[in-house]
Amino acid sequence: MATFLLKRLGLMVLTLFILSLIVFLAGQVLPGDPGRAILGPFAAQSAVHALDTQLGVNKPLITRYLSWIGGAVHGNLGESYTYQSAVAPFIGAALINSVKLALLAFVVVVPLGITGGVIAALNVGRPVDRIISVTGLSLATVPEFVSGIVLIVVFGIGLKVLPVTAAAGPGASVGSQFRHLILPAIPLVFVLFGYIARMARAGTIEALNADYTRTAILKGLPRFTVIRRHVLRNSLLPTITVIATQTGYLIGGLVVVETLFNYQGVGDLIFKAAQGKDFPMLEAGILVIGVVYVLATLGADLLLIALNPRLRIGGGND
Amino acid sequence: MSSPDASLALPTSSDAELALAVQHMDVTYRVRGQDRVVLRDVSFSIGRGESYGLVGESGSGKSTVALALVRYLPRNGRVSKGTISINGLDPLSMGKGALRDLRAHTVSMVYQEPGRALNPSLRVGRQIAEVFELAGQSSGDASESAENMLRKVQISDPGRVMQRYPHELSGGMAQRVVIAMALAVSPSLLILDEPTTALDATVEAEVLDLVATLRSEFATSVLFISHNLAVIAKMCDRVGVLYAGELIEQGPAGAVFADPRHPYTVGLLRCIPRRGQRKDADRLDTIPGFLPTPGSGLTGCIFAPRCALAQDRCRTAAPPFFAVSDVRTSRCYFHEQAPDLPRATPASIPSASGADGADGVSSADGGPLVVVEGLSKTFGGNIRALSGVDLSIQRGETLGLVGESGSGKTTLARVLLGLIAPDQGSVVTLHDAPLNPDARRRPRSVLRALQIVFQNPDSALNRRHTVRALISRPLSRLAGLSGARLRDRLEQLITSVRLEDRHLSLRPSQLSGGLKQRVAIARAFAGGPEMVVCDEPTSALDVSVQAAILNLLADLQTTEQVTYLFISHDLGLVRYLSDRIVVLYLGRVMEVGPSETVFAGPHHPYTEALFSAVPSLDGERPSRIRLTGEIPSAADPPSGCVFHTRCPRRLTTGICESTEPLLLEGEPGHLIRCHIPLSELRTIQLNESVPHQGGSS
Amino acid sequence: MTDVAADPLDPAGTTLGPGSAVAVTAAARATPAQWSLLVRKATFLAGAAIIVFWVVCAIFGHAIAPYNPLAQQLLDVNTGPSGAHWFGTDPLGRDVLSRIIVGAQDILIITPLATILGTIVGTALGLAMGYFGGAFDLIAGRLVESVLALPSFIIAFLFLVAVGHSTTTLIVVIGFVFTPLIARTVRAAVLAERHLDYLAAARLLGENPARIMFGEILPNVMPAILVEFTVRLGYAVFTVATLSFLGFGIQPPTPDWGADIAADYVGLTAGYWWQVLFPALAIASLVIAVNLITDAIEQVLAS
Repeated sequence: MATFLLKRLGLMVLTLFILSLIVFLAGQVLPGDPGRAILGPFAAQSAVHALDTQLGVNKPLITRYLSWIGGAVHGNLGESYTYQSAVAPFIGAALINSVKLALLAFVVVVPLGITGGVIAALNVGRPVDRIISVTGLSLATVPEFVSGIVLIVVFGIGLKVLPVTAAAGPGASVGSQFRHLILPAIPLVFVLFGYIARMARAGTIEALNADYTRTAILKGLPRFTVIRRHVLRNSLLPTITVIATQTGYLIGGLVVVETLFNYQGVGDLIFKAAQGKDFPMLEAGILVIGVVYVLATLGADLLLIALNPRLRIGGGND
Repeated sequence: MSSPDASLALPTSSDAELALAVQHMDVTYRVRGQDRVVLRDVSFSIGRGESYGLVGESGSGKSTVALALVRYLPRNGRVSKGTISINGLDPLSMGKGALRDLRAHTVSMVYQEPGRALNPSLRVGRQIAEVFELAGQSSGDASESAENMLRKVQISDPGRVMQRYPHELSGGMAQRVVIAMALAVSPSLLILDEPTTALDATVEAEVLDLVATLRSEFATSVLFISHNLAVIAKMCDRVGVLYAGELIEQGPAGAVFADPRHPYTVGLLRCIPRRGQRKDADRLDTIPGFLPTPGSGLTGCIFAPRCALAQDRCRTAAPPFFAVSDVRTSRCYFHEQAPDLPRATPASIPSASGADGADGVSSADGGPLVVVEGLSKTFGGNIRALSGVDLSIQRGETLGLVGESGSGKTTLARVLLGLIAPDQGSVVTLHDAPLNPDARRRPRSVLRALQIVFQNPDSALNRRHTVRALISRPLSRLAGLSGARLRDRLEQLITSVRLEDRHLSLRPSQLSGGLKQRVAIARAFAGGPEMVVCDEPTSALDVSVQAAILNLLADLQTTEQVTYLFISHDLGLVRYLSDRIVVLYLGRVMEVGPSETVFAGPHHPYTEALFSAVPSLDGERPSRIRLTGEIPSAADPPSGCVFHTRCPRRLTTGICESTEPLLLEGEPGHLIRCHIPLSELRTIQLNESVPHQGGSS
Repeated sequence: MTDVAADPLDPAGTTLGPGSAVAVTAAARATPAQWSLLVRKATFLAGAAIIVFWVVCAIFGHAIAPYNPLAQQLLDVNTGPSGAHWFGTDPLGRDVLSRIIVGAQDILIITPLATILGTIVGTALGLAMGYFGGAFDLIAGRLVESVLALPSFIIAFLFLVAVGHSTTTLIVVIGFVFTPLIARTVRAAVLAERHLDYLAAARLLGENPARIMFGEILPNVMPAILVEFTVRLGYAVFTVATLSFLGFGIQPPTPDWGADIAADYVGLTAGYWWQVLFPALAIASLVIAVNLITDAIEQVLAS
């Protein structure tokens, strides 16, 4: 187990390194001339050049990378082109907002998805199964912006029961914040539900068909005990890891949802930075997202080790 | 004497209440909208404390019987006719609660793959305690009972094993745990479905002994389902032979196997090589034709299409059960003539070039073909799969390679072929020229010379290629043929393995196991090899198909003059086919010698134990040695002689623990690795012999 | 569990995507008979029908569309569905139906091409990683794993921002983002085949690596690749639509479903629902169609 952990940690470090390279490449290298981007097409070349030098664009790539990454590690994520001030505080605040939204979506969709998947698996082929599977499938295929718009129209504008902006305003109570976050969370829930339910269903079906389930049933155990003690334990293991990887899709969805609902989260931040070609902000945002995601997958791996005896204890004598 | 109850062949015990009584049972599956009758008119009974064997090949429906008894048929299956009575109770009409009670207290099942029968996420102790809790014990008591149960199944240190997870247990230990779970509440009926098929011979012997002991201790009736007639002969009082869903013969096990009275049983028994049979002298008999497809709705006797005794009567009206004696029945009009069933395959061998005949001397014309010196293979730094193996394979002989798991026999084969690279210092030569350890670097001439037939044809044949492609490829790659010459040779090969033109355009998934293996054999022979490694070539096949494949291999050896390295765990087959045999244990050669000499004795204590562990239709061996414990791990082999930890003949001087014995020639051609000289072993082993009993007890 | 779970890169064997873990090992055993089963399945036919419909629209768009999708009729802005305009008009008076029909073009060019690109490169990579193993697999595997650890949408987004978004860049970027995922699936499928003896038999024939990878292994992993391809196709539609919505996809005034929704959704407050609903339905129909086909394939393979 220790070697497994070490491997994962090593992989994580490597991943973060590659992430930083990708972000750096995309942010600093590809877009070309940031001085021009900031000053616009009509500015004088000399001014552009001066700005470039000031921004350190003309130094060799390695130096730029090292200073960038060095700064990032210390919390200095550069200076926003748009706001002309440090990026880090923006990211910090946005991150907290996004986490609130993502957490709400997760807390709803994970139990819902698992329950749906397990129920579908316990009734394979019957109408309940088809309904759950098709529903999951359909919901997952609708892009968040579509469902978001529909929700806004129906609940926000039509029925006027829920607020259409996700931000509750400064100093709002938890309850009020929660109300504001409901609508934006729903498109995320829709998209994730299908994936999670599908995985839970597949895992449960496999467990139901396994030899050890047959043993349990033939021991004379009541069906509910068989499911609770024997089936679920094994079916949910793969589902747990998949949930962690869903964070990736969730993050993608955040960009859309936050933009649509005007919510100052990290997704919205990135989007606006992209529109405004504010590369330091964009890079920093993506870097932070990447780190969060990598940590989430590591957490899932740790959870998996804790729950799967085969990974915890090594193989048998065979 | 064909009363309606004749089909039951009532047990010899006169107990009023039977543990199990099945009457005229039909089981039907619904497949794609059609009904398929998988079991037809099956009737048998098991008395109190009696052991009943259900014997059949694949497709006979034997496992379906087990599932029907506990009402665990898949959703599309049902018992469409007949009655079942377990301890007087009828599982078919029970409600869910009563059924659960039945499964919890009255009937228990043990299956083939013990590792998979246990929940990988729960500790072993918990899984056993569960059964006791169901019986009403508190969790503390249940835990204690579980530990006691483990002790009863001869697991030493049960306290520690309780805390383990299934994946930490070996196959033998896992099966004991499953047996412990099954017998925990002293069921009236214990159903065993191929319980030892996946286990090594010595481990199997232990588990079977355990079952026999526990059976009498718990006074449980046993339904033992297996395709292995020898195991059934050893373990069961009475036996029923199942063919294509019908019980065609029933009676006391010893009588049925010694004097079968149904053409199928007769044919089946003839497929199995018996003591004294040798490939040089006679071919095995086979059963012609194929199993009928389930639900094909035949009129008449179900075995008639394949029966040499069949007449019109057989094809028009299905025979009833005839009483062969008070306690035996047979479903054949000609049960009296059955023992004289004409052979399907002639006993004599095809014209050979220089075969020496029945005296067991090999037709090898001398000269080593492949020589192995100091062969070692270590995996991952510490697992010594092979250790200092020296072997010489003579041209034209069949060298049998025998060993259990961990012996290294598969590794040896793969090293010879160049699929695995041995450790430095190992030498493998062909015609005295050293071979490159990597097959990819070997010249075509070497690749032509050494080929292999794998155990599992599903894995060995690319399922996306047609038969034509599978055989043509080696013809072009190894034999360098093309065009018309390739086609001609292809035709020749097909004929020699008894395949037909129409098979050429099929893919492996459309062929039966026997046919697939013939394709694999054709492929191996395509390049005109000098030596073919046969790695358990018939283990995945039914007994009746096995005989045909073995005959084919023997014929090809004669006509193509090839050398075989024959690897098998089935000692009967090895004895039949091999000229010399090598016994491996934990990567070391324990014994080498002419086949009959080694089999007859005296031999290495491990060989002795191995031979006495394997059940045989020829009865118990003169010296019965039982090994205890598990095969040691190759990562941490015992000191001195690696066998000393389990050796029943270990010397008290301590030399066996300290020094590894050398492989020495005890008599001409017979080498043995033991501190006890061969002459002494001769005295010990042959003097201990119990008068040989014909048939099983 | 399947061999997939034994993959050290992926111990839970789960990151192949929902459900396709089951499909991979089942897919690897598909036979020709199953294809005839496939084309008879209702789900397959429904999905195929929808796709065919949109393909026709894409190819013959300008001929079928009642109006020129770019033609602005400023006297006719924001009119609801009527006899003249079945799907109404947008704020610039352009016929929504025509825009939808022609809008199929770009998305139907980009998504298959991107997916095919990713599949080809991913398959080659996965085959090589699975077959050669050793150092190559270790290094390439780490790289693949690392790239996969990043949210793909974000990476695509980042690159599009960096290099600008044209049809070509969309295809390349999305294809690049798909490559590691497909490589991992193919690698897992190859690993499931690795221990089978027919590969040892091929080695004993002296076959070279290319022949073994493409002649022996590839036919057996083809079904898994096919499943993966269709799954990715669905994601591709999703992603392209979302990118367009965010303004990083296809450029106006080219009709594009996502972009049109982005441009017109403020009109919802005024009640102009048709401008958003119909493009949304178009997107949904395409994604559902691809998913129906994937579902049908998986069902056939699992039976």
